[in-house]
Amino acid sequence: MNESNRFIEEFCHEAEELLSGVEDAVLDIEENPGDQEAVNRLFRAMHTIKGSGSMFGFDAIAEFSHHVETAMDKVRNGTVPVTKTLIDLILVSRDRITAMLAEANGDGPPADPREGEKIIASLKALLSSHGAAAPDENPPKETPEQASEPAKPVQQNQAVYRIRFSPDPDIFFTGMDPVILLYDLADMGECSVVAQTEKVPDLENLSPESCYLFWDIILTTAKRINAVKDVFVFVEDKCKIDIKTVEEEVITSEQMPGPRLGDILVERGDIDRKTLDKQFGTRKKIGERLVESGALSKEKIKSALNEQTVVSKMHKSAAASTVRVPSDRLDKLINLVGELVINQARLTQVASNREDTDLGESVEEIERLTGELRDSVLNIRMMPIGTTFNKFRRLVRDLSSQLNKEIELVTHGAETELDKTVLERLDDPLIHLIRNSLDHGVEPPGLRELKGKPAKGTIILSARHKGTNVVITIQDDGAGLNVDTIRQKAVEKGLIPENAELSDKKIFAQIFAPGFSTAKEVTSISGRGVGMDVVKRTIESLRGRIDIDSVPGEGTKITLILPLTLAIINGLLVSIDDDFFVLPLMSVEECVEIKSKEIEMINGRNILNVRGDMVPYIRLRDRFHMGNRRPEKEHIVITDVNDSRIGFVVDHVIGGHQTVIKPLGPAFKNIKDISGATILGDGTVALILDTNVLLESA
Amino acid sequence: MSVQGIIRTSQYLTFKLDNEIYAMDITTVREVLDIIPITKVPQMPDFMCGVINLRGGVVPVVDLRLKFGLKKATSLKETCIVIIEVILDDEQTILGILVDSVLEVISLDPEQIDPPPRIGTRLKTEFIRGMGKKDTEFIIILETTKVFSAQELAIVQAADDMPVPETSEGANAEEEKNE
Repeated sequence: MNESNRFIEEFCHEAEELLSGVEDAVLDIEENPGDQEAVNRLFRAMHTIKGSGSMFGFDAIAEFSHHVETAMDKVRNGTVPVTKTLIDLILVSRDRITAMLAEANGDGPPADPREGEKIIASLKALLSSHGAAAPDENPPKETPEQASEPAKPVQQNQAVYRIRFSPDPDIFFTGMDPVILLYDLADMGECSVVAQTEKVPDLENLSPESCYLFWDIILTTAKRINAVKDVFVFVEDKCKIDIKTVEEEVITSEQMPGPRLGDILVERGDIDRKTLDKQFGTRKKIGERLVESGALSKEKIKSALNEQTVVSKMHKSAAASTVRVPSDRLDKLINLVGELVINQARLTQVASNREDTDLGESVEEIERLTGELRDSVLNIRMMPIGTTFNKFRRLVRDLSSQLNKEIELVTHGAETELDKTVLERLDDPLIHLIRNSLDHGVEPPGLRELKGKPAKGTIILSARHKGTNVVITIQDDGAGLNVDTIRQKAVEKGLIPENAELSDKKIFAQIFAPGFSTAKEVTSISGRGVGMDVVKRTIESLRGRIDIDSVPGEGTKITLILPLTLAIINGLLVSIDDDFFVLPLMSVEECVEIKSKEIEMINGRNILNVRGDMVPYIRLRDRFHMGNRRPEKEHIVITDVNDSRIGFVVDHVIGGHQTVIKPLGPAFKNIKDISGATILGDGTVALILDTNVLLESA
Repeated sequence: MSVQGIIRTSQYLTFKLDNEIYAMDITTVREVLDIIPITKVPQMPDFMCGVINLRGGVVPVVDLRLKFGLKKATSLKETCIVIIEVILDDEQTILGILVDSVLEVISLDPEQIDPPPRIGTRLKTEFIRGMGKKDTEFIIILETTKVFSAQELAIVQAADDMPVPETSEGANAEEEKNE
């Protein structure tokens, strides 16, 4: 029972993944109807869902996907053109399968079978109307495109070529450099080159102007064999070039083991089968044995080994290259590594107190290893943001047709990686922001044309790394925020005094107030005024921040700045009396020593003159009511928070600290200035300061 | 007379607080520690004395004396930290309790426990599950879910309530508030 449950779960996971792939493929096809590759992807996904569906007893799903598969097959053959109706139908079918899956999984309402029948009926109707008998219904522009399709090489299928390139010894006289050719090959794909040196003569017979080397090259590329041959077109007559296809990736060959080294050598003609068989009496690896017995040179074996690695790798990547792990196991691992890091810091401290070089050395090694371990464990949790971005393509497509707007979603930096927990909690805020851009930002096409903008609006969603942060921007080319309307509304709601003089940015920030909405009417998409405050809160709970920039008539840009991970930050360790605090190193600009007297002189103003700049400061000792035993010399840590400089006065600055963040828990939920705690090398607890909050209260 | 809800003989951990004996249901107690350095967390009421490092985890510690309105202990000789598990905001939380000394684990039958008196204790009645009797002594059995609820613990002292240091720094603190 449990076992079968696990399989069902597995199937559901797989199907979910495939379905999100389906959505991508459909949207790709919509953008570019000639995209044969996307059609293939779609067909394969449907095929797999059908196959594994019936294997695990989800007959309804299997049957339903069969119809979609049939439709895709027709598209593939070119009998049915890609139309909006078809795209819509496939998207609806995809949703239908998702619903059926949820039902099978037990966490969704039963899917209405009639709905499914309706979809199948319309699919069938569409197919018969475009049957082979009525090819003239195809839009004329489609036909030439389809005709040229088969000639195009199939992009995805990669092949492994084995090339032996033996240039003519006089090749240098022709002005050709064989190395250039090798570089050309390397540009085509994954390439490993082994130089064969067996023809190089003794030094006394060696002519520096001749080329004695020849090369064995293993090239993995999506290019066709002709393209590979083209590289050698200028040297063809003079050199011996032998190109063979070793392996063409076939989707079905998942379970085949890689070829054996001996077979490769025989196939290459480097050795005959007899010599090879003779070697099997001894027990070492075949490669070593052959070298030892002098049957082959080391280089030859090396190149054959290369081929073996490449080919087996290809087999492996065709089979499953990922492992699914429940995230709670990962969490446990990360916790353990966190503790290891803490203990390692302690060990380092202990070791530094005793002058034992042996101990010191091994501790240093452990320090390096823990560092690497920490990085790679944190890396496991890193996921490209692209999966999240892809979800929005559908959202934008559906919403823009619902709103009768033409909007294109452009994404940049889909490969940017982010901690999975951060990523998961980012979904809702991003959906909200994009909805806002769609609904309030981008104007209807008519209005846009009046304003001299292209009818089609653009929303740019981009992500990139910046230090230990990830910056995500959502930018539209819509109407922009209206400063006056927001101001008026904010005054109405009593958020700002009527005659307050505020910068545009401060006014924009008002839209994050709870219940704030300037939309005149509430739509199903947005305008209820719940949301922006939730967006802000979510981003802040992720230790991130949010910025708005807007130019009237040109658009709005919302920037989210988020930490890469929630588990570990780079901190600056400081102390006041015997208590330790950590400031996020990211925001620290500099540390300055100040004498008590200097502070006395400008007392009452809380502003310090740092090389001519006036920097406001907070004395943490006072803020936290920690008594008055100030040392003679205090230190001020100057930070840059939200573009304003602020100093924090502490007793001592101790130094950088890899801070493993421990939450303080619900007992401290009302504390604003402290965002968490960490444990230092000697076991004491240090508190992590929330500079954003401290700044606001300054 | 017995207390509603207490139908079974249970074990209780007893401890001393200012010459009175208190008890907690043993199932909420995780362990008892000797006193270790506590890191103070600013802006919390006095009874939240700070956090400790419990094998790599950060655990808040409540001074039960201050929580119950008693004076701070003068001697820390026998002071212990009792680590308990409570539910705060639907979240299983580990909490440290600072007590004068830990006595023993006792078994009490339901008939040995009386309902809490309406008057005569300095504690809120809801904090007390019942009054146990052992020999001639009374044992105050605490209702841990009430004493250590999120509401009771998460009170942040407003900055204005903080004593302003009476020194030249006073001006500074004033300034901070005004801003």
